[in-house]
Amino acid sequence: MDSREKILSQVRKNQPGVAMLPDLNFSSSSDNIAEKFSTVLVNIGGAVLEVSGWDELHASLVTNFTNKRIVTTIPELNQRIGTVDFRQDPHLLENVALAVLPGKFAVAENGAVWITDEMMGDRALPFICENLALVIRKQDILPTLNEAYQQIGMSSYNLGTFIAGPSKTADIEQSLVLGAHGAKSLVVYLMK
Amino acid sequence: MISGKNFEDVNETKEHKSHADLAERFNRDEDRVNWHDKTLWFIREKRDKAAWQLPDWEKLRETASQIKHNVLSNLYDYLLAFEKNAQTNGATVHWASTPEEHNQIVHSIIQKHGVTNIVKSKSMLTEECHMNDYLQARGINVVDTDLGERIVQLAGEPPSHIVLPCIHWKKEEIGELFSEHLGTPKGNADPQFLTAAARQHLREKFMTSKLAITGVNFAVAETGEFVVCTNEGNADLGVQLADVHIACMGIEKIIPQRKHLGVFLRLLARSATGQPITTYSSHFKKPRPGQELHIVLLDNGRSERLGSEDFRNALKCIRCGACFNTCPVYRRSGGHSYHNAVAGPIGSILAPGLDMKHYADLPFASTLCGSCSNVCPVKIDIHDQLYKWRQVIVQQGYAPGGKKIAMQGMTAVLSDPNIFRRAGAFGRWIMRYLPFLVNNPLNPWYKQRNMPEAPAQSFRKWYSKNRKNHG
Amino acid sequence: MKVALFVPCYIDQFYPQVAIATLELLEKLKVSVHFPERQTCCGQPMANSGFEHLTQPCNDLFIENFSGYDYIVSPSGSCVLHIKDHLHGNETEAAAIRSRTYELTEFLTDVLQVKQLDATFSHKVGLHQSCHGQRGLKIAQMSELVAPGFSKSESLLKMVRGVELISLNRKDECCGFGGTFCVSEEAVSAKMGKDRVTDHLQHGADYITGSDMSCLMHLEGILKRQKSAVKVVHIAEILNA
Repeated sequence: MDSREKILSQVRKNQPGVAMLPDLNFSSSSDNIAEKFSTVLVNIGGAVLEVSGWDELHASLVTNFTNKRIVTTIPELNQRIGTVDFRQDPHLLENVALAVLPGKFAVAENGAVWITDEMMGDRALPFICENLALVIRKQDILPTLNEAYQQIGMSSYNLGTFIAGPSKTADIEQSLVLGAHGAKSLVVYLMK
Repeated sequence: MISGKNFEDVNETKEHKSHADLAERFNRDEDRVNWHDKTLWFIREKRDKAAWQLPDWEKLRETASQIKHNVLSNLYDYLLAFEKNAQTNGATVHWASTPEEHNQIVHSIIQKHGVTNIVKSKSMLTEECHMNDYLQARGINVVDTDLGERIVQLAGEPPSHIVLPCIHWKKEEIGELFSEHLGTPKGNADPQFLTAAARQHLREKFMTSKLAITGVNFAVAETGEFVVCTNEGNADLGVQLADVHIACMGIEKIIPQRKHLGVFLRLLARSATGQPITTYSSHFKKPRPGQELHIVLLDNGRSERLGSEDFRNALKCIRCGACFNTCPVYRRSGGHSYHNAVAGPIGSILAPGLDMKHYADLPFASTLCGSCSNVCPVKIDIHDQLYKWRQVIVQQGYAPGGKKIAMQGMTAVLSDPNIFRRAGAFGRWIMRYLPFLVNNPLNPWYKQRNMPEAPAQSFRKWYSKNRKNHG
Repeated sequence: MKVALFVPCYIDQFYPQVAIATLELLEKLKVSVHFPERQTCCGQPMANSGFEHLTQPCNDLFIENFSGYDYIVSPSGSCVLHIKDHLHGNETEAAAIRSRTYELTEFLTDVLQVKQLDATFSHKVGLHQSCHGQRGLKIAQMSELVAPGFSKSESLLKMVRGVELISLNRKDECCGFGGTFCVSEEAVSAKMGKDRVTDHLQHGADYITGSDMSCLMHLEGILKRQKSAVKVVHIAEILNA
């Protein structure tokens, strides 16, 4: 008997009697949801900026990244920033100073933004870039992860990730340091 | 002067240093114990604050526990569904009964691709399998990319905590270590600076490794996807720059449906560090185009544990480490005193199932205070299991011989009112046994504590004089 | 109401004043109390050390002594928890005893529903919440849980004139006694005890009290070794003062 059969037969023999799955009904509130999202994200080292249009967004981006490599997958920004051929080797993205990517929605309780692979250009981009900007519509903020997974539902993606703030570590004596391996800063743009 | 027999005893204790011995050594530096205790208590307090932010906290714990119970009762079907869905997604699924088999599978994949340098993000499962040693011995250079894990790896130590691998290291010591291994200036112990140095050092590893290993936090039966949580982004960076991704997981990591992630991800980071969520919670469903994805499922005693009513709940563990941070014994004895990949209260109920003789001491490394069970996000009855393991260990004959005889003597006296009265009269017979001086000729109580003073008369004597005739 | 007094063996032998205070306090509250004299030990020290299988003689003796009472009251949360969780034998009798056994402060609060006490104790007092009483019997809310706070011991102490309760940095951290743990893990046990004592001393306690004398015995051993003037006192002694 190979290991697969051995493990499965032992599991079948030993698993206890059937236990039902619980309902997932939890309290949530949409009051001051954008404010709550901002507070949480700032607390975990991120930043939040509200913008009224693509021009304002673009102006905000370039002030801090003059003469640096900026990459985006947002069509509205392509004509201002340029396009990248994402069929190339992901290692070549190592010198990206700023990646500007769209998020599907954000979560107020934890400051996270949901983003899936088709919005990333290359899957390495949100992690290898030195700084990350995520753009969502202001009305796309959900109260908790419970609503977030209702929204995700059975949608199909190849890779999906919640990103909450910049990469960080507190492994050295519990001192919080931003920029462990991934993006050193994260700003979420809320489009009005 | 040492007789042969005594010499053997000495050797034996050397081979199997118990938690008590290792904890005693840890306690020789009291300032360090204070520092270790305070650091971990700080994290416990952050966990409390995070929990109080959610009015549904206790309901979430109960829900998570029930979901995990459902997992245990349907594990067979869920494993098959996960395997099928993962294969449909393009992954290759491997099954390993033992750590050796797990390591062989990983090694054969590495060999097939002719890779010698690999990056690995945090996986307690690969620690359980001692995979790094296995691969290093076969010429594979494994680099742990979690900062804390890299630090202990450079120091040649195992992690002392499942979430905070180098919580026992001071920044000055890390500065020294980095100076030796990464060439940072001597005397620089600034966490910001040291983290930047590690980023640079490890970025080069990410850029040059063709194969990445990750652990798995949750694997979804319904979709065949799995979730990996990190704060540093090391799992994602490793995987997205590699041609091959190997994900290693225990068979108990399965959850039924995607929506259940909404329960576990709300609990995991809050319980672990007090953060609302980890920075990255990545849902790996299909490999990147051209990439190979392997999932290795390990049993190593889990399927057997599933059959034990008393101990199966331990399989609910989501490895948050909250029980470590709250445990007053862990905080004052350090992770290495548990001499197991998983330390702390949860390690003390997992380890005896793997090797009861070797880990017979761990269920006794607790006061049964119960704080661990109260912080556990999936409501594992940790302290009750510690009590139950003690009974099993004693009945299997792994209790020290002297303790057994003393306990039998104690029972004989304590269960016979006549002997008990007489013994009490003989200058407090009980003094020899309480406070529990069983098999301890040097009276460990007295080392740092005074004995209680014996009163003029016992209560029963007082009662017979003052009440008996009135009642 | 027929109430039996269950006096843990080490209280009988070392701390008779605690049992006397418990008895007198209950008598003041008009409870008729009887002390079954053939009682010895509940078997907890053996059971917590992994020798529960040896405790049947203790169980049988306990059942013999404590059958037929309306309530069984003891000044020890730890021993009461052991009886409630692990007393077996003649199942009808054992089940009755398990459900009727109460730790003193929960008996005063839940059964007698004491609202006032005629007692005076003019000192600064630190309350040590013993784990088995708190997390096992739920005499007080646990700091780990997101739930409304309460403490039966604290409510009773607040009825005593003159008592000034101090606050602690860690209000329900274990003292490290832990039964045989106190000697088998001497280093950690003593360190935990020292840290508990320090918390009370830093907040200016004159007395450390609690509902488990075993924890207090451990803390007393440390206080005496430090030649501290701070004393331990069982909560029954304060409520009866």
